[in-house]
Order: sequence, then C-alpha cells, then structure tokens
Amino acid sequence: MKRRDFIQQATAATALITVGGYGLQSFATTANTKKITILHTNDVHSHIDAFGPEDGRNANKGGVARRATLIENIRKENPNTLLLDAGDIFQGTPYFNYYGGELEFKLMSRLKYDLATIGNHDFDNGIDGLYAQLPHANFGFVSANYDFKNTVMDTHVKPYQVFKKEGLKIGVFGLGIQLDGLVDKSMYKETDYLDPIETAQEMTRILKKDEQCDLIICLSHLGYNYKKNPDKISDLNLAKNTKDIDLIIGGHTHTFLPKPTVAQNIDGKNVLVNQVGCYGINLGKIDFYFESDNTKKAEGTSIIV
Amino acid sequence: MNLRPLLFLLAIMSLASCKQETFSLTKIEGKQIPITDSIAIDKGIDSIIKPFRESVNKDMNAILSYAPETYSKNDGDLNTAIGNLMADAVLTQSDPIFNKRTGHNIDMVLLNHGGIRSIISKGNVTTRTAFQIMPFENSIVVVALKGQQIDSLTDYLSKSKRPHPISGLQLTLDKNYAITEALLNNEPIQKDKTYYVATNDYLYNGGDRMRFFKTNDSLYVLDYKIRNAMIDYFKSVDTIKPVIDNRFIQTK
Repeated sequence: MKRRDFIQQATAATALITVGGYGLQSFATTANTKKITILHTNDVHSHIDAFGPEDGRNANKGGVARRATLIENIRKENPNTLLLDAGDIFQGTPYFNYYGGELEFKLMSRLKYDLATIGNHDFDNGIDGLYAQLPHANFGFVSANYDFKNTVMDTHVKPYQVFKKEGLKIGVFGLGIQLDGLVDKSMYKETDYLDPIETAQEMTRILKKDEQCDLIICLSHLGYNYKKNPDKISDLNLAKNTKDIDLIIGGHTHTFLPKPTVAQNIDGKNVLVNQVGCYGINLGKIDFYFESDNTKKAEGTSIIV
Repeated sequence: MNLRPLLFLLAIMSLASCKQETFSLTKIEGKQIPITDSIAIDKGIDSIIKPFRESVNKDMNAILSYAPETYSKNDGDLNTAIGNLMADAVLTQSDPIFNKRTGHNIDMVLLNHGGIRSIISKGNVTTRTAFQIMPFENSIVVVALKGQQIDSLTDYLSKSKRPHPISGLQLTLDKNYAITEALLNNEPIQKDKTYYVATNDYLYNGGDRMRFFKTNDSLYVLDYKIRNAMIDYFKSVDTIKPVIDNRFIQTK
C-alpha cells in the first residue's frame, strides 16, 4: 500500500513537470537534451530565381524566395539553428554579370545567413570585386587557409568563428581550394594558399582545446572527392587525415549525394561529410542532439542519415 | 491529497537541472531538403528581387535560335555535342576577325570542359542561354604556337581524359590513352610550323593547368568575349545542330 502511494505521487510529479515545460520551455529543453540544427547551401552561383518550367534538367527547382520560407519554418521549429554557405555564391546568372554580387549578398543577409566561406568563383570580379560587395553582407566570412594579409580582404575574413547556442559552443572554420591554375592570378592577387590539412589540424586544436567547442564544423570549398585524382585534397581526404571535426560541409564539385556520407577520421571516429549539389536546388539539414551527461544512457553517437 | 512529497520532488529536480551540467553529442540526423514549387515563396524576399529581375529580363529574353534537343556537357566521352558547338562557334565567329587583322587563319580552338557552365535546354535559345553556358567575361585570344607546343597541348588532352572542347584538331587515343593520331587541318602536325590556336584569356594564363600557351611566338587579343561570340553565332543560325563526332576519340 505504501509503495503504491509513492508510485502514484511520482507519476503526478512527472506529469506536472511535463505540463510546466510549456511555460518554461527553455528551462525544460535544456534539462536533458539540446538540439542544434545546421542548415547549409553551396555553389548557389547567383541562382536567385527558381529554374523555369522549360528547363531541361532542374525544371521548377530552387529559388531564394522559396528557400527563405523553408528556412523560416525550420527556425520556428528550432531557434537554435545556424545557416551556412560553402562558397561559390557568385557567378552563373546575369544577376552577377549585371550587379556584381550585390543582390546575392543582400538576399543572404535577409535570409539571416550566419557564415560563409569563399569559393574560387567568388574571385570572378577580382578580389576588389568581392571586397566591393562586402557592405551588402550582414554575415561573416571564414577561411583559415587563405591568407589575405596582403590584400584588400585583410581583416574581413576570419579563420574561424564560434557561435553559442543554448550554452553549447559551435566552432566553424573555413577551407578554400588552391587558386593557382584555377583562378587568374590577377584576380586573387596576393592571396596566399596554405595547406588545408595542416590548417585544419591547427583549427581543430584551437577550437577543441582553447575554445572548448562542443561541435566543430568545417566549411569547405575543396571539393567532395576526385575520382581520377584520388590523392588531391578533398573533403573525404580531409576527413580521413584530421580529427575532432564533426561535420564537413562541402562545395566546389557540385556533388549531389543520395545522403550525407559517414567517413572515418584519423582516430577511427565518424565524421559526417555533406554537400547538396548546386544552384540552391537543395538545402542541407543536419540536426545534432546533445544529452546531459547525468541522464544519458549510452556511450557514443548514433548517426541517422 | 498531500502535496508535500510532490513539492519536495519538484524542488530536487529543479535543483538538479539548474546546476552546471555537461552535455555530449549523442545523435546526429542528416538529410537534404529539395527546394520545389510546393514551397510557398516569401513575398518580402521576392519584392526585393523584383526590380532587379525586371531589368535583367528585358535583355535576357530575346530569342536567338532554336535547340531541337537538350545538350549537356556530360553526354559524350571525349567530345560532347555542346562542347563541339562552342568550339566550332568560336572558330566560325573569330576566324574572319583574325584573318582581317593578320592575314592568317585560325587552325584550331581549345576551350575547357569546366567552362561549359550549363546545359542548352530544348526549345528557344535566348540571350539568357548564352549567359548560362558562358557566364564568365572571358575573351578570345589567338596564340601562335610551334608544332612542339601543339604536342604539349595534345599531350595535355590525352592525360586529362576530359572532353575539353576542340575544333580543327583531330585526336585519337588508344585504350591506354596514348595518342595514336593527331591531325590539324587533316594533316600531321609539323614540329617547326606555326599554328594559330584560339582559346580564352583564362586558359592562356594557365587556367585548368594549361601551361603550354605561354611558350608562344605571338599573342593576338581579339577583344571579343566568348559569350558574345556565342550570341552572334546563335543569331546566325535558325536551329542549332550540335553532334558528338570523332574529333577526339579513344579506340578500345
């Protein structure tokens, strides 16, 4: 009889806490679990309007005004969301030829992008052309392996940025592709290219040890993988040769993946590698769930893709 | 009902959750969401785009030609219909200009596969089509190369194994990608002869690692954008008829 009383009272307490959760949502959600949503695009290439119905491949797909609605809905569902772009924002439609990237940056600012890295085509109007559009961007740029110190972009691009969401620290660093042979030197001028793997190792050390990040994301424009040139640095090679990166968001190769790739890092731990094709046809969405160490049941991280 | 034990339990639980806790990553869920016409447009965003769109569309919607099929740079092994069209158009459009200025003729054209930035969709070919396939501002240059440099060029093509658009050159590889035949104007390449190769300023400056252009006799800058050559070519033909042919092939 005594025992039954206790069970009844305990059940009542649980019910009450659940109900109370609605009024004190932030308190309730931080009690045991936290969810961080990462949204991402890459190689949008000035595709502001959706493809028309007559397009031979992507009919009726894409469009910034639709992406805006989708992102807004996801943000309502989870305010702890970051929106990232992996470069090649510029070049591909007459909007860029006519306005030089002004509209691209204005719209990304309106969509509340948090951060972007720099792709090779973002130099297409020269480094001065990129610099000229910066006043239209309300979001930051990261690139850890482009050294801009002898260019106009100096101080406008950080190696990494740390975001705080619900008490969790999310570190995002950027990596760019080798420009020599890909972009005319007169365009990128004195931009120095540093080794991506060495740079990534330094970044992860800083983000893990010094910044104490809970989540480390690499925003890369290196390319997913080069089948005919397998040793060329790519996202898959980066994953294999580094540690402590949780997610590599890629670009450059316009790779459409059936689902995000689960790769293994140098320590044998899982790294998620994703890329969502090009032209704003898709939005990548990666949800990270964190559990309190007091209540969490199992060791390790399950990945559902 | 006695609420005292219940309140006590609540107090304990709130104390527990308010103290500094550590969190670990336990689950990751990843997916891709297609942006389709089932998603409503954000009207505020669309109103920002509208004036830009109207201004651009005025120029872009001019109909220049007609495409009987959809052409993609991925259709074809070592040469593609769309790449052949672009290289041939550059030859057709720039040779008269080059001849008028120099008295010489262009022997061949080399562009890069990566420079074909879009498909040509079946239907009307418009100014927009030209901006889609060639959004870059690159211009045509003609480079005078000796036969030896042409050998470096064909060597590059055989090693890259990609359908870089060519015109005027006929290249045959064996199953190991070794060159078995290289003809210019249907004749074997002569080591000491000077050939006139049209390309764009990006490739001339070493783009796509085409380093062979820099050891040249002369450079002629035509001040003619690739895109404008395409627009002029489209205007000159009622219907485009690009095909995959045998200009760059591999015998198995």
